[in-house]
Amino acid sequence: MNVVGRSYRIPLPALAAASLVLVTTALAMAFYVVPNDADQGFSQRVFYFHVPIAFTAYACFAGGAWKAFRHLWKRDPNADLESYVAVHQGLIFGSLVLITGSIWAKISWGHWWLWSEDQLVLFLVLFLFYSAYFMLRFSVDPGPQRANLSAVYALFGVVLIPVSFLAIRIAKHFIHPIVFTSNVSSNLPGWMLVTYCVAQAALLVLAYTLYRVELSGKWLDARLRELRAA
Amino acid sequence: MNYVADVRALARKDLLLELRARDTLPAMLLFVVATFVVFHFSLPSGSSKLAASGLLWVAIVFTALLGLGRAFVPEREQHVLDGLVLAPCDRSAIWLAKGIATFAFLAAAEIVALPVFALFFHGIGVATVAAVVLADVGICSVGTFLGAMAVATRARDLLLPLLFLPLAIPIVVGGVGASVVSAPGRYLAFLALYDLLFGVLCWATFEYVVAEAQ
Repeated sequence: MNVVGRSYRIPLPALAAASLVLVTTALAMAFYVVPNDADQGFSQRVFYFHVPIAFTAYACFAGGAWKAFRHLWKRDPNADLESYVAVHQGLIFGSLVLITGSIWAKISWGHWWLWSEDQLVLFLVLFLFYSAYFMLRFSVDPGPQRANLSAVYALFGVVLIPVSFLAIRIAKHFIHPIVFTSNVSSNLPGWMLVTYCVAQAALLVLAYTLYRVELSGKWLDARLRELRAA
Repeated sequence: MNYVADVRALARKDLLLELRARDTLPAMLLFVVATFVVFHFSLPSGSSKLAASGLLWVAIVFTALLGLGRAFVPEREQHVLDGLVLAPCDRSAIWLAKGIATFAFLAAAEIVALPVFALFFHGIGVATVAAVVLADVGICSVGTFLGAMAVATRARDLLLPLLFLPLAIPIVVGGVGASVVSAPGRYLAFLALYDLLFGVLCWATFEYVVAEAQ
């Protein structure tokens, strides 16, 4: 199966510039424009990164599973590498979710880790699951079998996400009877919503840019290997 | 009914092999009883009954893991998998038959393990038994699938627990929930949902695990 690469409509430098502008705007808005949260004060600002990063990580995992599906279904020769790169970005953003969530938990509740935070626990499970994806992938020689095994495992991931979410929710009834609720996620007023949307767009564009950068590097590697073999 | 006949023949082969060689089942039995003894000493006196109920599920998952690690070893050592893939049968029949055989081993181990647990710790309700059966279906379907994946890699036995445990977390949640709460309905329903979702997924994708594509 030869890796041929793919041509995109948006060039990489334009994407990089867009993500630079968007991330800078999002940072400026989160720190200078948005008013302090009435309840949690200054520390609530980590919300503008924590939640968009989490959403971006889900998007990456979903993208990886979609490419995996394309690989299995259409035998798209690029899909295996694209699936791997998307999952890789998902794992990076997933680790960031754990870090930002941990910071938020420390400031809000005084603990670095809280089992009562669904999102954090879910990302811990996903972190373990997708780390095993890399163990699996690098334990098989490159070739069609590696592509198939990785694709199937990536598909398991998108089924595991909702199932684990449900499991963590119902586990609370016998593990944590008291549920902490944060009131930031509902009814964001004015500037908060705008800042959230800008941060979300910034992180999605950033993730896509990183995805394209890593992908172009990998394609270059593959082409080089082919030339060397020829 | 060709499919059913294929599955039956393959499952029969595994059960017959176990009956003659007696590799897996005695190991699983010894392991699960030894685990209970370890649990007794790891629970300080005064620990609640609930803690023991939770540990039962740890024992089940790890005992299953022991059996699953062995599931594809004969296929690997004798290169049976190559022959099976060439055979004119649906590839998912290989997974289904292996799943049925591992289910039989696990169920046999639990028929001994659950009374031993009741003897060592405390009695077990109907809900727990129902949860164990539902969990076994999930463990065997996902575990057999991942076992087939793991034998295809260089890391082999090392990889199976890493692949399996994150996927087993929902099973443990459902199982522990059903054994400790007074109204276990939703946990049993959750386990059934898990079995259904992952069963269909494994059945549909197993072909890609064993076949060297193109």
